[in-house]
Amino acid sequence: MRNPLRSEAEAFRFLVAVIIGALVIVGAAYLNTWLGVAAAILAVAGIIWWLIQEPIPGAADPAPKLASGTGRGVHRVLVVALPGTESVQVRADATDVVVVVPALASTVQALTGAVDDRRAEAEETANRLAAHIPNARGEVGADDPGLAVEDALRTFGADEIVVSGDDSLVAAVRGRVTIPVSRA
Amino acid sequence: MAAISHADHLEHEHPPEPHFSSRVNPSLLGMFLFIASEIMLFGAFFTAYFFVRVVNGTPWPTPPFHLPVYVAFINTLILVTSSGTIHWALHSIKHGNVFGMRAGLLLTFLMGLTFLITQGIEYSRIGFNTGDGAFATIFFCLTGLHGAHVFVGLTILLFMTIRAFRGHFTPEDHRGVELAGIYWHFVDVMWIVVYMTVYIL
Repeated sequence: MRNPLRSEAEAFRFLVAVIIGALVIVGAAYLNTWLGVAAAILAVAGIIWWLIQEPIPGAADPAPKLASGTGRGVHRVLVVALPGTESVQVRADATDVVVVVPALASTVQALTGAVDDRRAEAEETANRLAAHIPNARGEVGADDPGLAVEDALRTFGADEIVVSGDDSLVAAVRGRVTIPVSRA
Repeated sequence: MAAISHADHLEHEHPPEPHFSSRVNPSLLGMFLFIASEIMLFGAFFTAYFFVRVVNGTPWPTPPFHLPVYVAFINTLILVTSSGTIHWALHSIKHGNVFGMRAGLLLTFLMGLTFLITQGIEYSRIGFNTGDGAFATIFFCLTGLHGAHVFVGLTILLFMTIRAFRGHFTPEDHRGVELAGIYWHFVDVMWIVVYMTVYIL
């Protein structure tokens, strides 16, 4: 749904829509009270429909490209693994590794905040995988793998991303970053 | 070499950017919460209006009182026009027209002030007070609540106008005008609803 107060221009358009709706309601009510009630229902429904069906500005834009790099002798690897992953192979010369496991949750769970079990499961996987990789630490990520990668890159400048998952997951991560992405 | 290493070090040791992982953008969530709180606030008074007028069947306005519909209509035109001027102000600064922004903000402030003064004069001459029955109470609550919002909007506009005349806004950086505009349009939307329900219908 489009936020009618997202910007001044949006708010101005919303104001114009409300004025038109008010004129329709007053005009209909002048003719007949129940016609006015019907016009009010239609006007409110029309404005809500307009807000819902209008595309959100920028929603169709390609995802932002994030990039990072490190100096000589340093190779940072970001590992993305789904909860329950048994093992992940990382190149031997990695000097710093972060294993991020997204706390996958359903829409209802995410919206209601009932993600404790999902986060515990992700944390267990992250710590277990990190324990078997030199110079690694585990982190719990957002409920969306792509978002978890973006969040991790904000504090961890990785040179490479290793994804443990299916092709769609690898493609989703590749679509968000410019650094090399490989499949574990 | 040492300088390069130091630069690399600095590149990776910058403070982390704001971190959020919610599916809802924080600023969007904040605006939704703001709208929700305002809807509940005005909704409470509109509920009282509904019960007084529809459920109880109280005549609106209760005889022998009359509402100054035409004065309020002129006031409505002033407020709607002021939304146009602040829209012009923002459009101007986006295109580098500083004079247009200053003139737009000043006109918006003056029209908002005119609206508030006119409403004050209307109150003083309307012939009834808050204690003259449920109709009068609801009338003053709804229009007064909106007047309070106009006062807040005027305060914001005053600061933005002063800042505009001190050269604070540029085509790239004018968030203050943008936010003042959003608030002012919201106040205008609420007045359209109040005017329609209280004065006309």
